[in-house]
Amino acid sequence: MNAFTAVYWKEVRENLRDRRTLINALITGPLLGPVLFIMLMNVMVNRELARADQPIHVPVIGAELAPNFMSALKGAGIDADPAVADPERAVHDMRADVVIRIAPDFVKAWEKGQSVQVELVYDSSRRDANTAVARVRSVVESYARREGAMRLIARGLSPSTAWPVSVAERDQATSQSRSALMFSFLPYFFVLTVFMGGMYLAIDLTAGERERQSLEPLFVNPVARWKILAGKLAAICTFSVISLLLSVSAFATAPWFIPTEKLGIALDLGLHFGAQVVLLMLPLIVLLAALQSLVSAFAKSYREAQTYLSILMIIPILPSALLSVIPIKPEPWMYAVPLLGQNLGIVQLLRGDGITGQELVLCLAGGFAAAALAVWATALMYRSERLAISA
Amino acid sequence: MIEVKDLRKTFGDVHAVSGVSFTARDGEITGLLGPNGAGKTTTLRMLYTLMKPDAGQVLVDGIDAAVDPIAVRRSLGVLPDARGLYKRLTAAENITYFGRLQGMQENDIARRREALIDALEMRDIAARRTEGFSQGQRVKTAIARALVHDPRNVLLDEPTNGLDVMATRAMRRFMHQLKDEGRCVLFSSHIMQEVAALCDRIVVIAHGRVVADEAPAALLEQTGQTSLEEAFVKIIGTDEGLAA
Repeated sequence: MNAFTAVYWKEVRENLRDRRTLINALITGPLLGPVLFIMLMNVMVNRELARADQPIHVPVIGAELAPNFMSALKGAGIDADPAVADPERAVHDMRADVVIRIAPDFVKAWEKGQSVQVELVYDSSRRDANTAVARVRSVVESYARREGAMRLIARGLSPSTAWPVSVAERDQATSQSRSALMFSFLPYFFVLTVFMGGMYLAIDLTAGERERQSLEPLFVNPVARWKILAGKLAAICTFSVISLLLSVSAFATAPWFIPTEKLGIALDLGLHFGAQVVLLMLPLIVLLAALQSLVSAFAKSYREAQTYLSILMIIPILPSALLSVIPIKPEPWMYAVPLLGQNLGIVQLLRGDGITGQELVLCLAGGFAAAALAVWATALMYRSERLAISA
Repeated sequence: MIEVKDLRKTFGDVHAVSGVSFTARDGEITGLLGPNGAGKTTTLRMLYTLMKPDAGQVLVDGIDAAVDPIAVRRSLGVLPDARGLYKRLTAAENITYFGRLQGMQENDIARRREALIDALEMRDIAARRTEGFSQGQRVKTAIARALVHDPRNVLLDEPTNGLDVMATRAMRRFMHQLKDEGRCVLFSSHIMQEVAALCDRIVVIAHGRVVADEAPAALLEQTGQTSLEEAFVKIIGTDEGLAA
């Protein structure tokens, strides 16, 4: 058995005996993402569906002035509630999503054929109320159009006179791209899984060895330090690959638990998607293993390394956060930036657009170049005298 | 055989080792005696190539440590100051791991491991995970894994540190056994009595320098003292940092 395999198997075996590492690599890391994802999606979907289908109750001020309008509302599933004294207050205090206020001169203006005002009191910053507001608004508008058309016909005019331009919407979103919008944070889950899968191992194999004072005896063996490092990195990568595979498999079952068809979106997280995600993530696995080892090598203790690594964990969020706030048009060079490239690639896969050969090559080349750099820096760190001296 | 010539090492402004030379011969026990902080551990660390000396030369069986550190490490068995074991592995697994790192064949490892387990009287703990081992059990395991490749030269940094009387006696017996097998045994200590009881040759280090390098009898003669203890104190100039 050569030194590389000796180190590799010893680290794998020793860490298989550590419950904390196992729980992180095999349970928390890979399953946290999918479980959170399924739960969030279900809550979201059910709320949306509930709002769209079920009758909503809206307080109406001056309902008695417009009985026809009221029956139009009722026909669209909007039940008029008794008036509230202070509609602005009611909306602010969240007692009502929206309040309809009919102007007191409604009857007079209506009879003269003048335009009358129907006020909608709502708070646009309350996002959960938006569906209700939109429903009420569309009912008011279609009622107005209908009544307007009637008046024109009564005067012997064609209703189209009043609407010389009409909007015809051609939404180019496919059901898959709509889902991609909702799942833009998915790439982060994969990165996080890889990070968590390898983290405890990386800490244990550098800072942990140092803290337990076993690094000095280890380096006394007639083995070049880079070989020891290679064995350790391979062990870290093995754990993070297993984490990632578990996570991808768990995500593949997600469509069974999310009523996607009710939302009119398609979610393809199957084998093909999973395989491409793993391929895209390969350079990140090596990169993160090396970075984690490097950071841990600076720490004097397990605890210190843990602190540093939780700061490092924030970095992978940046591309995901950035992309969801500022939607950018992907340029070729972006694929070569580690993390950003993976993010763009995975979102593209989710959209069902697929990823071109060129993008894939850029993604892997950029990622592996960064990984090589990180491994090289870690190897340098391993050569330093300081590393082995525990006390 | 280990030859050390004019070894120097500084950490910033601190001269940890400033010109240490001595020779440790095969079939002899050489003791490196000095108070705490005299530079014993740093000297040993340069011997087993964990640190690079700023100046000077280390030869192990004629191989220059600066030229071929891996060959030097192969011919050394080292019990470093840091005795960390892998606590989730058993004592036997700890030993086997180091055998593999030495590049030994599996059957050689097994044979040598069992022999060491018997020689160090650690059969009862061999199959136990090392978590919760006593200091003595830890040192035994650390020595067994350091000697698994049957090295000609043995370096022990304060081998009896933290051991109780029984364990210390066993350790001394074991060192005699290593000497009788014709090995070159070099150990460091700050305990005068121990050095006196064990050594064929005593190298006294103080403030990073060798202040004496003699057989025990010659040391007495040189200082005109009747007991080694008095001789050491006279050579070092103080008994600070030493233990009887």
